[in-house]
Amino acid sequence: MGQYNWNWGIVLEKVAGTDEYYWHWLASGLGWTVVTALSAWMIALFIGIFVGTARTVPNKWLAGFARAYVELFRNVPLLVQLFVWYFVIPDLLPEKMGLWIKRDLRDLVTFTNYLPEFIFAVLGLGLFTSARVAEQVRTGIMALSRGQKSAGLAVGFTLGQTYRYVLLPMAFRIVIPPLTSEFMNIFKNSSVALAIGLVELTFQMKQITGEYAPSNPIEVMAVVGGIYLCIAFSVNRLMAWIERKVRVPGYIAEGGK
Amino acid sequence: MDFDLASVYKAKEFLWEGFKYSLSLTVVATGFGVVFGTLLAMAKLSSMKWLSTAAAVYVNLFRSVPLLFVILFFYILMPMLTGMQMGADKSAYVTFSIFEAAYFCEVIRAGIQSISRGQVAAGYAMGFTYGQNMRHVILPQALRNTLPLLLTQTIILFQDTSLVYVVGAKDLLGAASQQVQTHNNAVEMYLSVALIYFIISFSLSQSVKRLHTRIAIIR
Repeated sequence: MGQYNWNWGIVLEKVAGTDEYYWHWLASGLGWTVVTALSAWMIALFIGIFVGTARTVPNKWLAGFARAYVELFRNVPLLVQLFVWYFVIPDLLPEKMGLWIKRDLRDLVTFTNYLPEFIFAVLGLGLFTSARVAEQVRTGIMALSRGQKSAGLAVGFTLGQTYRYVLLPMAFRIVIPPLTSEFMNIFKNSSVALAIGLVELTFQMKQITGEYAPSNPIEVMAVVGGIYLCIAFSVNRLMAWIERKVRVPGYIAEGGK
Repeated sequence: MDFDLASVYKAKEFLWEGFKYSLSLTVVATGFGVVFGTLLAMAKLSSMKWLSTAAAVYVNLFRSVPLLFVILFFYILMPMLTGMQMGADKSAYVTFSIFEAAYFCEVIRAGIQSISRGQVAAGYAMGFTYGQNMRHVILPQALRNTLPLLLTQTIILFQDTSLVYVVGAKDLLGAASQQVQTHNNAVEMYLSVALIYFIISFSLSQSVKRLHTRIAIIR
């Protein structure tokens, strides 16, 4: 390690042979990371809430289907799931659709060249995370005392109304802390999408440290690591703020802090 | 389209080699992770301020960045530090041990904190030193109570080992992708790999669930 030439200004330097700077690449990588994670989070929340709720209903078929969904997406590694979406699914679709995905999808929009990677990354990451969200939502609903459900039914609510007005509003508040860690995970997990070619933050780091500036990898990696730390910290603060905002006074104890 | 499952079957020995690597990586990282994680947990609960702070920083750092980032980080850093080329396969052992220790630490810390104060006090009252108390009273109970969570973490770790594909190590997924490059059988190959991972992770997590209910009853 003796002859390592430290150069902390490396990310501010120009990429040789282009008009761009390294920090441009990192910024664009960060953009993809954030957009991918947020889009996938929408899918994960939406499906996760439905599937998690479905796991607790009395209907055996619905609950069984929801359980199968969760087990399927929880027991295959994310990277393998992304490979299945990106390399396998287009081949299993009807021929015309598959061809369209492979040939025309990339040119569908003009502002980016990475539409297929983005779509499959969001889909894969979103469904993967939805199974985890579903488990948290189910745990939240199960944590409510049995009396809550009985009380809802006793005042004449249908089962659907009981869920809508009694169980889910309380369960959502309970699951905010575990959902915080899932929300952080989705930012971290978006890095896996580099394997199918999404040019997110870790992809840019790999590219810069690998081909463009191989003599100063430590500085570049330190900057990228710092960015991930900032993301984790911001998500943490944001969710803590939401938790405070929606707290029902007196119901969920101030405990835990 | 036609499924060419014969091409997957023909590659079975190749895939088996990759699978053995995935498995050994899981076992080594779990072993080191639990030992190192236990030490970290003890440090984190220590009354010495600098020690608990250092452990907390370690744990929070590794839990805030993606595993893939850490894999790339050590893959690049290790040859620079040691001065020798060690290759993706070997550096992954170190990376996973260091990274997983942070996650095992949090599980074990919760386990230690779940032991009632009376137990700890009783140990000291018998004249045990801190080390003896940990060794004979606290850790045996803490580790047993957290066994299901430790095993769940190991299943997650087993799935995460697939990420070493990115630095070119030949785990199960890496072996499969090499086959895909020469035989052009992405559909069959990746679906088979997904199925293998699913069967192993699912059956393991089912047994962990059964273990969980059994331990709960004993307590």
